[in-house]
Amino acid sequence: MKFPTSLAPELARIEREPYYQPVGDEVALFESAQRRRLPVLLKGPTGCGKTRFVEYMAWRLQRPLVTVACHDDLTTADLVGRYLIVGNETVWVDGPLAAAVRAGAICYLDEIVEARKDTTVVIHPLADNRRLLAIDKRGELVAAPDDFMLVISYNPGYQSVLKEIKPSTRQRFVALEFDYPEATIEAGIVAQEGSVDAETARRLVKLGELTRNLKGAGLDEGASTRLLVHAAQLIADGVEPATACTAAIARALSDDPEMTGTLDDLVHAVF
Amino acid sequence: MSASTRKLFANELEERLDELLFASTSHRSAKGISEGLEKLAREQQERVLHWVGVAAQSYAEIGYLVAALGPRALARLDAAGFEAWVLAGLEAYDREGGQAAMRLLRDLDAFCAARAQSAARLGDLEARLGRFLQGLSGRPLALAAAATAHTDTETVFLPAQLAALPTARDNRRLYRAMAALLWAQTRHGTFGSAGSDVAAAFARWPERARAQRWFAVLEAIRLEAVLGAELPGLAAEIARLRGPWPARLLPAVARLAHPDAAVSRTLTFLEEIMAGEDEPPQLPHAGAIDLEAALRVRAARIARESETVRRALSTLKGFGGRQGAGEDAPALNVEGGRVALSLDGEIVALPPEAQAAAQSLLQDLGEVPPECLVPAGPGAWQPTPRQGGGEDALTGHRQPHARYDEWDYRRRAYRRGWCHLFEVELPPGDPGYVAKVGLRNTAAIRDIRRRFELLRGEDRLLGRQPEGEEIDLDALVDAAADRRAGAEASGRLYVRRVRRERSLAAMFMVDMSGSTQGWVNDAERESLVMLCEALERLGDAYAIYGFSGWTRTRCDIYPVKRFDERYDATVRGRIAAIEAKDYTRMGVAVRHLTRLLEAQPARHKLLVTLSDGRPDDFGDEYRGHYGIEDTRRALQEAHERGVRSYCVTIDRHGADYLPRLYGPARYTVLDDARKLPLKIADIYRRLAS
Ligand SMILES: Nc1ncnc2c1ncn2[C@@H]1O[C@H](COP(=O)(O)OP(=O)(O)OP(=O)(O)O)[C@@H](O)[C@H]1O
Ligand SMILES: [Mg+2]
Repeated sequence: MKFPTSLAPELARIEREPYYQPVGDEVALFESAQRRRLPVLLKGPTGCGKTRFVEYMAWRLQRPLVTVACHDDLTTADLVGRYLIVGNETVWVDGPLAAAVRAGAICYLDEIVEARKDTTVVIHPLADNRRLLAIDKRGELVAAPDDFMLVISYNPGYQSVLKEIKPSTRQRFVALEFDYPEATIEAGIVAQEGSVDAETARRLVKLGELTRNLKGAGLDEGASTRLLVHAAQLIADGVEPATACTAAIARALSDDPEMTGTLDDLVHAVF
Repeated sequence: MSASTRKLFANELEERLDELLFASTSHRSAKGISEGLEKLAREQQERVLHWVGVAAQSYAEIGYLVAALGPRALARLDAAGFEAWVLAGLEAYDREGGQAAMRLLRDLDAFCAARAQSAARLGDLEARLGRFLQGLSGRPLALAAAATAHTDTETVFLPAQLAALPTARDNRRLYRAMAALLWAQTRHGTFGSAGSDVAAAFARWPERARAQRWFAVLEAIRLEAVLGAELPGLAAEIARLRGPWPARLLPAVARLAHPDAAVSRTLTFLEEIMAGEDEPPQLPHAGAIDLEAALRVRAARIARESETVRRALSTLKGFGGRQGAGEDAPALNVEGGRVALSLDGEIVALPPEAQAAAQSLLQDLGEVPPECLVPAGPGAWQPTPRQGGGEDALTGHRQPHARYDEWDYRRRAYRRGWCHLFEVELPPGDPGYVAKVGLRNTAAIRDIRRRFELLRGEDRLLGRQPEGEEIDLDALVDAAADRRAGAEASGRLYVRRVRRERSLAAMFMVDMSGSTQGWVNDAERESLVMLCEALERLGDAYAIYGFSGWTRTRCDIYPVKRFDERYDATVRGRIAAIEAKDYTRMGVAVRHLTRLLEAQPARHKLLVTLSDGRPDDFGDEYRGHYGIEDTRRALQEAHERGVRSYCVTIDRHGADYLPRLYGPARYTVLDDARKLPLKIADIYRRLAS
């Protein structure tokens, strides 16, 4: 059988080293998994550096990175590929997953639980020792080269019972657990990413810690590193610190007027 | 405008009042009152009616008074003030009874004066302050009203009202400052730390009362500076509220106001002061110190938590027989506020309850005392003595519907068929109850219906359909390719929107134990009404069961709504009939309801418990550890069977054993039962979308 011409999507390689501050032994583990051709699951709360970590590892391993943000209308075709009509011809276009497999890239499926169940199944043969991607529409079976690596992420803090990762999926992956880093490390990240001085960063991290104490007592999650970085960026831009924290942290965490009152109190305790 | 904004006329008001006030209890007619209410705007009328209903649930006379005084109160108070006025009345009722409540409500002048002028009330701020303190430390501290501000290290006592400063705003801030300083006493060593024995120091001074008064003032100086290191905003606010230090405190300030000053420095300085005869100045922001109470509570907590750590260690693999062995001694290391155990060079994480206990010890002592590292030996457990044979006498001759195993953590084994489960019919309750709740919560229910309809309306796109509202480009391209290749092209070229198949079955398990008496029970019932409204919109399969019991031989489960029952008059009557009964043997209830849930065909199964989070049963056995461990086990079993649990706990103080109790289940804590009805639908929405 003759396949129509293919249009391969461009795969970008990361040129500049992304800033990533290692927190534990995640870098070494990831490299091991890559050498052993094992897929990796990153779990951790929102905004704790999972995406940044993958970008960094892609740079470090000199592999192109293909990121797919999963959502509940993501179809298998969106991942694997589809035919298009170009002029008078049908042309096959690889989806991001197929492109990543062919190119030996790192494919990062962000928030895998958001994807439809039938979509997750296409990654199963890729994620075990077969390392195969089936492209049904073309009757093609692509064997992943050694360089290809599958990475998925998952936030276990979700409360919805409808959004849990199936054991048959999760048990194919080496799991790296992420959490908000320890205070001094986190302050370093906030200072670097938000371009603020060490003292401001330290206070922002303190505020983060205070809000995390309220997890389960009115908040689903405390402030993520991302939110702290946002506040820092506003401060670096000249916004008054308490105002910056209220906007970037307190209001971002809750709409409940009682809770925002408490969060304001905490902001004013630190700034 | 629509009919719903039209004012209600006296006769309509009268009708609703009669209903809310249960007409019977009030011998007076609602006529005079409704004439007063007729003059109000509809929104205000609804506000009064809402609170009349709430108040009447405690005591019809209070409801009556709220209705009678409502127009006058609203003329002088804004919405929040009006609410505060009713709640103050209800609190007085809870505390001191009907007469006190009526007195407080009638004295509108005093209430308005206090409110309008400058006083701040603890009742208004309690929830917010409580969360603030929890944010500061992560360890829940209870709040309570008392004549003088002080803490026993587990409860922060504050005056019911503060009017020391000229504006209400500043008085509210003063509350926050006082609470923070008292919290700092528990956090920064006022009652002793690894290096200082405060009790021994005090034993030297015969004038103990004067020593304590000075101690409170000196510690306020020291702690403000200590707070300044991490919480500079708070320290600055405290400084502003207190104003400049009185001149004669300046030597003390020079000595004690350092960010890293420890309590030993205060004690040394106090030594000098006690040589003289001065009384300390009065500082409005510094609370008092009740050393006895604090030391007692603190010692009990330290003992309890050391025990928890020891018990947990004894269960860690390889640790059991190690006492006194010559090998490397195990050590605890503290890194970034987390405690881990290093054993022969290996780092072992502590189980969650031991982690919490160790953290708490760190807060109290600045270290985890080395004694904790001697694990409780296997022989440490003493079985609680049986209560002389009374238990089986209660059994009667009923045959249980089922028997369930129960987990005995001491044996690390199940007691087979230990709990006797009975499904008991609830007698029909007030048929009008649900309608009354609806009346009181019209706006909230409207909102719930709207939001849940949106949730249900979330559609999903199906491709390759024979018909539909949009063309499926993928299918079209395939068809073109097929046609070109000479194959037969499919006609399924459309995208169609279909309603999402949810396939979720939810079970609600409602605590009907004696400890829910009062607000909690009311809140549970009201919440069920709200929930049913929501779930009826959503179309998820759901069931509701109450549970309570009296010893293992009488575990009662009360069906309120079975999966196959409709939300009809019978079910509504049963909701009304939910009442506080006996004890809380939670494990067996979880097991039974898990079994019922398992029989449901839905793909996702959800068990939601509503309780005050205190497993407990008659005769002590189920109280404390045993009940916690069994409940945890039951939730774990459910998890293994694919049932996900979510535990809603109504508890002012958010007990620290909850993470242990709920194990694999997710949970939330509400500090005020009255919020449950308004929050429950939201909670469910988060779980199921
Ligand atoms: N270890 C780290 N090194 C450098 N930056 C970090 C680190 N951790 C967090 N950040 C900062 O936090 C931000 C959020 O991180 P990131 O986007 O990687 O989060 P995430 O875990 O992928 O979150 P989500 O689950 O919401 O996608 C980053 O943009 C970066 O500024
Ligand atoms: Mg991300």
